[in-house]
Amino acid sequence: MAINLDKHAEPALERRGRRPALRIGRFGPAAILAGLCLLAITLVAVLAAWLAPHDPIQMNPSNRLKPASDAFLLGTDAYGRDLLSRILYGARISLTVGIGAAVVSVAIGLPLGLASGFFRVLDGILMRVMDGLMAIPSVLLAIAVVSLTGASLWTVLVAITIPEIPRVVRLVRAVVLSAREEPYVEAAIAVGSSLPKIMWRHLMPNTMAPLIVQGTYICASAILTESILSFLGAGIGTETPSWGNIMSEGRAYFQLKPSLIFWPGLLLSVCILSINLLGDAARDMLDPRLKQRGGPR
Amino acid sequence: MTGYLIRRVLAAVPVMVVVALFVFLLLRLTPGDPAAIIAGDMATPEQLERIRGQLGLNEPIYVQFVTWSMQLLTGDFGTSLISQTPVTTLIGQRLEPTVSLALMTILLSVLIAVPMGVVAAWRHGTWIDNIVMSASVLGFSIPVFVIGYIFIQIFAIEFKLLPVQGFRSIFNGFGGFLERAILPSLSLASIYIALIARMTRASMLDVLGEDYVRTARAKGLGENIVLFRHALRNAAVPIMTVIGTGFALMISGVVVTESVFNIPGLGRLTVDAILARDYPVIQGLILFTSGLYVLINLLIDLSYAFLDPRIRY
Repeated sequence: MAINLDKHAEPALERRGRRPALRIGRFGPAAILAGLCLLAITLVAVLAAWLAPHDPIQMNPSNRLKPASDAFLLGTDAYGRDLLSRILYGARISLTVGIGAAVVSVAIGLPLGLASGFFRVLDGILMRVMDGLMAIPSVLLAIAVVSLTGASLWTVLVAITIPEIPRVVRLVRAVVLSAREEPYVEAAIAVGSSLPKIMWRHLMPNTMAPLIVQGTYICASAILTESILSFLGAGIGTETPSWGNIMSEGRAYFQLKPSLIFWPGLLLSVCILSINLLGDAARDMLDPRLKQRGGPR
Repeated sequence: MTGYLIRRVLAAVPVMVVVALFVFLLLRLTPGDPAAIIAGDMATPEQLERIRGQLGLNEPIYVQFVTWSMQLLTGDFGTSLISQTPVTTLIGQRLEPTVSLALMTILLSVLIAVPMGVVAAWRHGTWIDNIVMSASVLGFSIPVFVIGYIFIQIFAIEFKLLPVQGFRSIFNGFGGFLERAILPSLSLASIYIALIARMTRASMLDVLGEDYVRTARAKGLGENIVLFRHALRNAAVPIMTVIGTGFALMISGVVVTESVFNIPGLGRLTVDAILARDYPVIQGLILFTSGLYVLINLLIDLSYAFLDPRIRY
């Protein structure tokens, strides 16, 4: 993988001679900052059990809606639970859902896209199916899945991943369609390479760079969808804190204690922003031609 | 043109069939009895039996699909478990707030985002460009409901300029409508503005390199005329496309925004349906919004011929 990245990146650097001076390695300062934020959030997610000063689900009626203090750095929520601890634990859900959705949608979308790009007959059917899936607003689709099966981490993950799959399939298909016209693919067909080998050795590597970029956007979009589901009350139950359901519970007390919305909202925004910025940086590095085009989606 | 129109409308049919099939399979492939899901937790055995009969659960699955599709085509989207009202009636009752919110959002987005994108492309690579691009990444990244609460905190609670929540029909006075709709539309517009500004910038960058733009400048036309009459017109097609594809995003945003601002539209209907696990309503809303998405993209496809006279079908 690393070799592949370099191959794409080197000419890109030469082509764009003048770049801002402030640059560490190949990334700009924004991407570095985004990377650091994401690293911090990942550490928080992994170490939540050690970092959290309180039990995130221990209710305590005598501590309801306490302001920030030494004991509760960000105060407590309506059930007397420590807000900081809940936010720290909430990072786990967001990252799990984001990474999970990106990995699963690529794992399902890549073979479908390869098949669609290579077999004309399949292409027609698959693309109609994908068009249909894309016509369904992703949050509504996720809501339907969750309301049918009940909310757990797994069903939420499935519900969020399904609407992301068409984007992967379309992307891979587009890459394959242009790559299969290349002389080296024609040559491989001419010398009688087996179909799996052509796909694996000649077509798949082409899809890697755009998939990495698309994967980061899917990750960001999945985290956003999860928070929306939780916020609407169709997400994971509040016994598992997530940024979305902390905000959902805080809504009723918004005028009394806005921090119940703002702290998780801030972390959520920083997290999604960081992933999007890394996605942009990866896109500029892997495929400079795309630099001027539209962004995520 | 007529031939294209017919072909394009026909192409929308398989998409809707796939949507319907998907919604159909979602219910049938869920573990458990579909009739029990449709009827809810409080159903009596007689009700269950009646629903089983309606769904035709004893028939083969393709017969069930055809029966169900026929019901959809005759406008029967089922009835709500809670209110026992037909889903179509419920949607009709909640349509106005959502439509006015959506229209205002699109209007605001275009008015804000297109000039942003044009200026960013015009001053490509300068600090203006950087600010527009950064704002657009922010628009993508900050969830709509977080923006909504920030607006409420600033404009309604700190400065008390606008009402915190609520909705008033545009038919009961424009002022009352506007002061309640401006914050939700602006929050909802954030992601749309990001999307349209980026696309406008990219599309303008392509066009600004063309010969006719240089010619226009060379013959001494004002920069405004060059940008908006010559360049923007030719950059319009991708911008329209992104407005169409962004519609699916907006539907998701509407659900959240209406919930934040307490607006009694389709979004609130969705949230109430989730909380009550009212599956027929959720199913109806999916079919309705997907149909709307297909329709809007169809209209946008047809608008290309109007926007760009070179496109002849």
